[in-house]
Amino acid sequence: MGFFTDTSICIGCKACEVACKEWNAVPEDGISLSGMSYDNTVGLGASTWRHVAFIEQSDDAAHGLRWLMSSDVCKHCTESACLDVCPTGALFRTEFGTVVVQDDVCNGCGYCVPACPFGVIARREEDGQAHKCTLCYDRLGSGLEPACAKACPTQSIQFGPLDELRERARLRVEDLHAAGQDQARLYLDDPADGIGGGGAFFLLLDEPEVYGLPPDPVVTTRDLPGMWKHVAIAAAGLASAAVALSLGRRP
Amino acid sequence: MVPDAEFTSYYGRPVIKEPVWQAPDVAGYLFFGGLAGASSVLAASAHLSGHRDLARVARLSALGAISLSAAALVHDLGRPARFTNMLRVFKPSSPMSVGSWLLAGYGPVAGAAAVSEVTGILPAAGTAATLGAGLLGPAIATYTAALICDTAVPAWHAGYREMPYVFAGSAASAAGGLGLLATAPGAAEPARQLAVLGAGVELVAKRRLIKRLATPGPAPLSEAYETGRTGVMLRVAEGLTAGGLAGALLGRRSRALSALSGASLLAASALTRFGIFEAGMTSARDPKYTIVPQRQRQDGRL
Repeated sequence: MGFFTDTSICIGCKACEVACKEWNAVPEDGISLSGMSYDNTVGLGASTWRHVAFIEQSDDAAHGLRWLMSSDVCKHCTESACLDVCPTGALFRTEFGTVVVQDDVCNGCGYCVPACPFGVIARREEDGQAHKCTLCYDRLGSGLEPACAKACPTQSIQFGPLDELRERARLRVEDLHAAGQDQARLYLDDPADGIGGGGAFFLLLDEPEVYGLPPDPVVTTRDLPGMWKHVAIAAAGLASAAVALSLGRRP
Repeated sequence: MVPDAEFTSYYGRPVIKEPVWQAPDVAGYLFFGGLAGASSVLAASAHLSGHRDLARVARLSALGAISLSAAALVHDLGRPARFTNMLRVFKPSSPMSVGSWLLAGYGPVAGAAAVSEVTGILPAAGTAATLGAGLLGPAIATYTAALICDTAVPAWHAGYREMPYVFAGSAASAAGGLGLLATAPGAAEPARQLAVLGAGVELVAKRRLIKRLATPGPAPLSEAYETGRTGVMLRVAEGLTAGGLAGALLGRRSRALSALSGASLLAASALTRFGIFEAGMTSARDPKYTIVPQRQRQDGRL
């Protein structure tokens, strides 16, 4: 199960931000005039699990004035770096394929924070623990859809089985291309990508970095075998040096 | 083919989140943890080759350093009271989990070695503990390289092939340096040799790491290591390492020169860890270091 966020029909109403905070009792973490168009939340964080981004583009000859809007969220990666590095097992994979933090286990080590290639998960100052979107784990268990998907008035945020969503998204991109929206593309829909495909994937109308998303994210764990290999060689080198030293001349 | 010099970001905002780790706690742990692990290695070698004074110094250094390390790590947690949750699971996919288990084993063993040394109680057990700590020491001194590299932090992740050697060398030179500082020259030969070897490895590995990161384009990751305050820290560290190495080689008969070079190597090792820590933070804060390499990789594929 997951999200397909079709940003081509987002109207920037932020009902998703409000519904998420209401349902999950997420603390208030500042709401200000950022000067970044209509963006008040600025980015995802421990107390912001849906963030609506706004980009005003006015100098593109082919497209004239464009106002891009996108509701960003945790990607619930198939290959999830935050889950891989969590040392306490607080982060786990649910029966729905989503990634959730157990609040009673997390000890706030903060390792998940720099591991995420999208800068999603963060540590909340008030309680010292890591928090992020749960994909409304408590609602899914009762057969309900997540709060943001329920609240979205345009169905920009769609919830359902991933294979269905991917098929729907593919058809939507084809429609957009046929209508002349040649910059429309899917992001994180491909199971062969750097995170094994996202549990939340997007239809974007420009490059990912325009929205603050990494162009080619790869889960850090992919390189971990190589890291352990070099650690082992370096450790063996130090150990060999020790053996050589212990065979040296006595004082 | 000259890469595109332009890149876009979302209002210049960072893409990834920088670590929440505080430098004194975590960069401090990188230094003290490395010092502890390598000191245990030195203690074992010194013990086996009959260097009694050096073995004593190294055992005590290891315990002191690992105690400071543990305090720093627990202090850095968002919920310090839950530090025991680190041992809820064993996850090889998490260097922090592997490290927690290593520390849980190494700490008591290093402690036993030092206590036996100081009190004279159970010398056979003390010897076993010394050798046990010596066996775990190399892992303690190097796993932290995997820990910081196994993140999305560009300047750390890209350097994962060289980082373990930088850390091993830095730890060895620090441990050898402390041995030189605290032991008479005639009795410190293994410390001298370890210091020279470690310093050499550290110098070479660091250079290679930065060279690998000097990719063409508008956002080479080597910038994070070479510019600003970090650049100053790492250049000073390099100078102190080189000076300490020379002093260690030349100071065989001089207590003063040996001690000076030992202190120099210790300072260098600490500066290196703090510098690497800062370089990572710099690379996490500026979106170009995340976006440009990925865009180059993406475009190269098409």
